[in-house]
Amino acid sequence: MVFGAAFIGSFAAVFLKGGADRLHRHVSSIWTNWRLAAGVSLFVLSSLLYLKGLKNGELTILYPMVSFGYIWTLLWSKLFFHEPITKNKFVGLALIILGIVLLAFSKQS
Amino acid sequence: MSIFDQAKSDPRAARRLAVAIVFVQTLLGAGAQIFLKGGTQQQRGEGLADIVVTIFSNPQMFTGYALYGLSAILMVAALKYGELSILYPIIAMTYVWVTILSVLIYAESVNLLKFVGLTSIVCGVAVLGMSSPSRK
Repeated sequence: MVFGAAFIGSFAAVFLKGGADRLHRHVSSIWTNWRLAAGVSLFVLSSLLYLKGLKNGELTILYPMVSFGYIWTLLWSKLFFHEPITKNKFVGLALIILGIVLLAFSKQS
Repeated sequence: MSIFDQAKSDPRAARRLAVAIVFVQTLLGAGAQIFLKGGTQQQRGEGLADIVVTIFSNPQMFTGYALYGLSAILMVAALKYGELSILYPIIAMTYVWVTILSVLIYAESVNLLKFVGLTSIVCGVAVLGMSSPSRK
């Protein structure tokens, strides 16, 4: 369930980014923007799934699975927005994921 | 010239602005979680109706969800100026703020593992924040 939440959450981010790129001065560009709407809906959905998973799951499994969301997002960024995967992004992401895994274990003990 | 005008012409300024916005966003997100943590104990049920009733009858929950909404708006603002692959992982700073706030407010303990984990996240965010803007 949390795996799904992370997956959906990463897609939410993709739609939000796509929507944000199309925003401009005119206010109507906010509510005529289906990408933003899709992004927000997916975001809410992933939060609900995550909360459900949080209720019955162990933190040591949950947190690392959430981290997968970051890896998905890196892939989608490359795929949909042609953002390059640089050494900095790779190292930064690795450190963040390591940190989240350690946090999960620290809460377990 | 405002920082927003500057961000339009200078990719470096745009990235700085985006990272700064996400940084503020993580603070709001952490605040939201703290409020929700305090509020969920008073929530009656788990159905959608229960959640809606709680949001509007419980000031703590209301503040929590309002901060969540605000942080989502800031995220969109940041995404307008920066790369998704840099900004999305920076949200992990929320873990750091929540842990610090939990220690301060709920007197939760910090062990070595927790400390190393937080440090690792902060270093990771720093590395991401320093990555140079790419040309498309």
